[in-house]
Amino acid sequence: MSSIEAAMHKVQTPAEPLLAVDALTTHLGSQAHPVRAVDGVSFEIRRGETFVLLGESGCGKSMIALSIMRLLPHTGRIVGGDVKLDGKSLRALSEADMRAERGGRVGMIFQEPMTSLNPVITVGEQVAEAVRLHDPDSRERVAARVVELFRAVGIPDPDKRVGEYPHQLSGGMKQRVMIAMALAGRPEVLIADEPTTALDVTIQAQVLDLLKDLQRETGMGILLITHDLGVVAEMADRVGVMYAGQILETNDAERFFDRPRHPYSRKLFRSLPKAEKRSEGLDVIAGIVPPLDQAFTHCRFADRCELAFDACRTTLPPWRGGDADGFRCHLEADEVRDQDAPLAPAASDRHGDDTALLDVSGLKMHFPIHKGVLRRVVGHVKAVDGLDLKIPTARTVALVGESGCGKTTVGKAILQLHRPTAGRVEFDGVDLAHVRGAELRRLRRDFQIIFQDPASSMNPRMLVEDIVAEGMVAQGIGGNRAERRRKVEQLLEQVGMQAQAANRYPHEFSGGQRQRIAIARALALEPRLIVCDEPTSALDVSVQAQVLNLLRDLQRELGISYLFITHNISVVAYLAHEVAVMYLGRIVEYGAVEAVLQHPKHPYTEALLSAVPVPDPDHERAVIRLEGDMPSPVNPPSGCHFHPRCPQAVAKCRESYPDTVTLSSGRRVACWLASEGQRGD
Amino acid sequence: MAFQPVILWTDALVYLLLVLIGLMVWYTRRHEHLLTPWRRVSGSRTGQATMVVLGFYIAVGLMDTLHFNPQTGVDDAGKPIYSTEVLSVFDVVAGPLRTQREKTYSAPFATHLFSKENVQTADGRMERIFPRLQYGGAHLDASGAGKLADIVQKGAIGAAQGVVAWALLILLLNKLRIGRIRDLLAGRRPQPWHVGAWTALAMFAFVGALWELSGYYHVLGTDKVGEDVFFQSLKSIRTGLIIGTLTTLVMLPAAILLGIMAGYFRGWVDDVIQYLYTTLNSIPGVLLIAAAVLMMQIYMSNNADQFNSLTERADLRLLFLCLILGVTSWTGLCRLLRGEALKLRELEYVQAARAFGVNHFRILVRHVLPNVMHIVLITVVLDFSGLVLAEAVLSYISIGVDPATNSWGNMINGARLELAREPVVWWSLLAAFTFMFTLVLAANLFSDVVRDAFDPRLREQR
Amino acid sequence: MSAYIIRRLLYAIPILIGVNALTFVLFFVVNSPDDMARMHLGGKRVTDQAIEAWKEDHGYNKPLLFNEAAAGTAALTDTILYEKSIKLFLFEFGQSDSGRDISEDISQRMWPSLAIAVPTLLVGLAINITFALLLAFFRATYLDFWGVVICVAMMSISSLFYIIGGQFLVGKLLNLVPISGYDTGLHAWKFMILPVIVGVIGGIGSGTRWYRTLFLEEIHRDYVRSARAKGLSEHWVLFRHVLRNALIPILTGVVVVLPLLFIGSLLVESFFGIPGLGSYTIDAINNQDFAIVRAMVFLGAVLYIIGLLLTDISYTIADPRVRLD
Repeated sequence: MSSIEAAMHKVQTPAEPLLAVDALTTHLGSQAHPVRAVDGVSFEIRRGETFVLLGESGCGKSMIALSIMRLLPHTGRIVGGDVKLDGKSLRALSEADMRAERGGRVGMIFQEPMTSLNPVITVGEQVAEAVRLHDPDSRERVAARVVELFRAVGIPDPDKRVGEYPHQLSGGMKQRVMIAMALAGRPEVLIADEPTTALDVTIQAQVLDLLKDLQRETGMGILLITHDLGVVAEMADRVGVMYAGQILETNDAERFFDRPRHPYSRKLFRSLPKAEKRSEGLDVIAGIVPPLDQAFTHCRFADRCELAFDACRTTLPPWRGGDADGFRCHLEADEVRDQDAPLAPAASDRHGDDTALLDVSGLKMHFPIHKGVLRRVVGHVKAVDGLDLKIPTARTVALVGESGCGKTTVGKAILQLHRPTAGRVEFDGVDLAHVRGAELRRLRRDFQIIFQDPASSMNPRMLVEDIVAEGMVAQGIGGNRAERRRKVEQLLEQVGMQAQAANRYPHEFSGGQRQRIAIARALALEPRLIVCDEPTSALDVSVQAQVLNLLRDLQRELGISYLFITHNISVVAYLAHEVAVMYLGRIVEYGAVEAVLQHPKHPYTEALLSAVPVPDPDHERAVIRLEGDMPSPVNPPSGCHFHPRCPQAVAKCRESYPDTVTLSSGRRVACWLASEGQRGD
Repeated sequence: MAFQPVILWTDALVYLLLVLIGLMVWYTRRHEHLLTPWRRVSGSRTGQATMVVLGFYIAVGLMDTLHFNPQTGVDDAGKPIYSTEVLSVFDVVAGPLRTQREKTYSAPFATHLFSKENVQTADGRMERIFPRLQYGGAHLDASGAGKLADIVQKGAIGAAQGVVAWALLILLLNKLRIGRIRDLLAGRRPQPWHVGAWTALAMFAFVGALWELSGYYHVLGTDKVGEDVFFQSLKSIRTGLIIGTLTTLVMLPAAILLGIMAGYFRGWVDDVIQYLYTTLNSIPGVLLIAAAVLMMQIYMSNNADQFNSLTERADLRLLFLCLILGVTSWTGLCRLLRGEALKLRELEYVQAARAFGVNHFRILVRHVLPNVMHIVLITVVLDFSGLVLAEAVLSYISIGVDPATNSWGNMINGARLELAREPVVWWSLLAAFTFMFTLVLAANLFSDVVRDAFDPRLREQR
Repeated sequence: MSAYIIRRLLYAIPILIGVNALTFVLFFVVNSPDDMARMHLGGKRVTDQAIEAWKEDHGYNKPLLFNEAAAGTAALTDTILYEKSIKLFLFEFGQSDSGRDISEDISQRMWPSLAIAVPTLLVGLAINITFALLLAFFRATYLDFWGVVICVAMMSISSLFYIIGGQFLVGKLLNLVPISGYDTGLHAWKFMILPVIVGVIGGIGSGTRWYRTLFLEEIHRDYVRSARAKGLSEHWVLFRHVLRNALIPILTGVVVVLPLLFIGSLLVESFFGIPGLGSYTIDAINNQDFAIVRAMVFLGAVLYIIGLLLTDISYTIADPRVRLD
């Protein structure tokens, strides 16, 4: 860069914000009782800059994006403030003029690539629509331009892909198509609303890389909306923290991670699960987000803030600092500190005997595929294909993998909710796969399950009392109604709920509370093993911390074993003792959690771990890029299932599936490289 | 008047239906989450207005369901003798409407017959004139002069009576508290009960006027045999309601049971049930009904001695029609429920219940059934209007209710040929269509309200 | 795909057997042929000879299931079950109770039925989709509100009213076209126009409302939001994105009734005196001609099953996501 260019660059950037959002206020619902989804939000984005809006669900961050695009649902309306693109007010534009900007100078991509594309129009045509609208130079050569765009977003084989329909593409590819669509108008600003939340980490890494590359090439400004501090660290130049419709803090990304100033921001960091916090437990944010159908006259975080004092509960907090780096609090920056004493170290892990409570060997779960006139079985979806796993008493074994690897099926097969195709599931010496009917029903007492989605895991038409007591009734334990009621109340208190909750319906509780009720329900039968199927992935970070703490404490008190099924590596680091990494129906690596996470032996584990964004901008990470998507479990690749994507694959990997090698201290790896000692430690 | 109660088959089923509704109300009132959607129904203005209109129809229908044999005399032993004629409470209330028959057609509010007849005058000549009606406008002089003024006057009196009745009802319902009533009528209640109250006022006044007038005139004319069309239309209400409700009542157990079993158990249970409803469904509904009704007609005509009375026979035929309509209409609901149960069985709370070792029966009753009941309710309400309309069509093709049964279909069927007359005899048709239209429109609007209130998916879209 | 079709056709066999069994039970078991004969001959005082003669004439004088008198396979084939029910599978409908050849009648009478039913369907479809698009475009406005109210009102009116009203208004008051009857060739249009108009108007209420619901359901989907985010205009979004998706259920709903168009509309045909299969059926019902009713039940079932198959195939054409195998 010549010095003149550099000088110009310097002059230009700070002066002209590309996108300026000024005191934007958006209401939803009726005029009389509006929900103040966005309440006076201001921020600016410059060319080539990425501004990240960080916030938990329901804080109004998506509504900001839709307000900028003027695509609010019809109950929503912008009631105040302005959005300026290059100095021109978007709010003042006529609808026709606004359409020229939408997809033109402002592009947008959405969270759900699965549903965001029209299922009956080819992806090429959907991108072509945008080209024809916004790219007058390419009118003559639309098809070529579409291929060009596909190539630009890294879609392999673009000539062929343009003629395909959305359902023929994987989630990651669909999101690339969405990006191509947004790029068609050569946007100056790209709004990305949780663009990677629905994707697996390895795919997330690909998409985030793509966005960064595109930004470097085109110099567009990016407004990225996310709930994931890791993504923030990965992408952000500047950050705005949102809470209940307002920005509580903005700052440079570096300074933000270095020293968050708002009590809420600090809490967020402290509630992130990490390996280092294993002994002390996670910090939690008590209470829930206040409803937004009120006009606030005090700090909206006051009810949940441990530093709150009288002023917080009576007056609105002032904005401290400049527009670009300030925060909204009654306290000065140096007054905000983590007041709470370090959490009392909980009782250390109980060490159960090492005999396995659950011993799964050779577990197979094949779902037949029928075809032809007579519906003959022509193949199998090999969801689980030969899996060995042991869970000792009072320990947590994490089962990690990307979506479609079969981890949820493992959980259901162990619980005999699906009958395994082959293999043994020995629980305390009894092979569950061969027990049926009443006998199995009686045994079910000892192993329970907690599901991912607390909204659908409880019958909306039953009282919490009946939900928690259901298992006791089914097993014929817990005595008469009054005794069961006492037991239910006791269980609710055990999971940190009030006993009165028993008289209410599930929908009256928040997600985190419902997950506690679900835990109470599982505990009611005093099980010895609980399968936790992604129990926190539908929850916000601060709520997740509550649930994780609870699960850990219960294990220490009651000596329960957990099979913890998850895709979230940081939760594994915090909670698990052993970890098993799954790929395409098989375990590729197994071992003690520290060992596997610190020194992965299998190339897949290595790639998976490297793709996880770490909430620390200084963290130097070299993402191992995995090519393509996980193959279909119908016909897995010959040889090692991972070899088509493996950066280190050798000839042997293509030929046969590697034997599982047992290394020191129970570590097992299924990789030719590991067994040949090339990668041993 | 002494009487001997008679319970026809359809009466018994109506009572059963009432008991079921009563139980449902009792159960719903104790469960807040079940009450919420009903609050949304009563919170809708359309819901309020249509409920009042439907209420009038139901009141007439219920009165017409209380049947009895009147006493005709006493035998030698002093035991009462009962007529074989079956009357209903409504017949008694309607009184003169039922008994005051003219000779043949007469137009609404007419004082003379519709067609000229040869009448012998006092001096013995034969004259072709419009004869004076025997009952219609009988209180007027022979020429029927001053009719219009009389109609207005009588109408006003009747309307006033209606308003008084309405006022009494409102007073009673609000336990005589004037403040409450003022709030109610001004719409200051949280729910729009005022819409219901004002609609009721309009209905009371209108019905009051009609009722008063019907004592002096044939407000909707008379039919070929001189029967009052207004009376026929009112009597037809019961038939319409019975078809609309009992059909769903008789098909519900099969539809619910088979539907959720197919969806929940899948496998061969599903195959069998699917086969069952695909087979039934593949026969065009009208043809299946036609075939069944034809067979029933043969059976009835060959075994006529099994029936005690014409009323009983007509009633059984009505019931049979409900049954056969039920057989043709349960498949839709069954398929709907199967789909829903398929979804529900994969839901996490059902999986959780299985993980507890809860048995299948209990899962079906506790988890699946309560979560499909809103679909059942929506279907029942939606089906109602279609069934009422279907009755008319079926009666027209002569595979509907018994010709002796009062129904709108029979009225239309009997009157359609008269359209060819010059001048046209239009009132029977118009009366039947109007009564049917009012009921069906109210039911359609009401079912929209119910669906919006109970279907969570729709609510999210608003 | 071809494997799928073959499988579906095989699956049709047990269904048709079921239909056949049901009609057999309904027509021959619930009431014996004697009962039917007595019915036709009128009343109770009918001699046994008359009954036997009637049965003989109409081929009902055989045993129901098994003919002990006959030898070999005839023991099975020389029965009512075989003659009257199983032969339906070969589309041998035999003679009606009044002695006419049913197959012949059907092949002649289906054309007038089609001449009415096809235009009614097509015109109705076009009008209903247009109105529904209009309401969807102006959704949440007064136009939409009153449009829906009118739809509900129209679907609350009995179809008999449309027919009688149409006949009365157009035929009698305005004297534009003949009230009823039919003619061959091009002259038929005079007789077709009124039934078609009446059929279309009768279907507008429910059709428009149903399609509007389908459109609105699609309008709330995510892909519509992304189409708008591209800067596409509202009518483009509606016509290109929403219509394409909503047409899938609309078209498949139409395809399922296509085969049944052969049978025509019972009501319209009999009111307007169209000599189609609909009025044929009605006449049979009124004359209690069981042979015809039986034939029509079977024919209806066959056509329905063909309709289901066509529906599945049309899904694969209309919706790229669906593949049959």
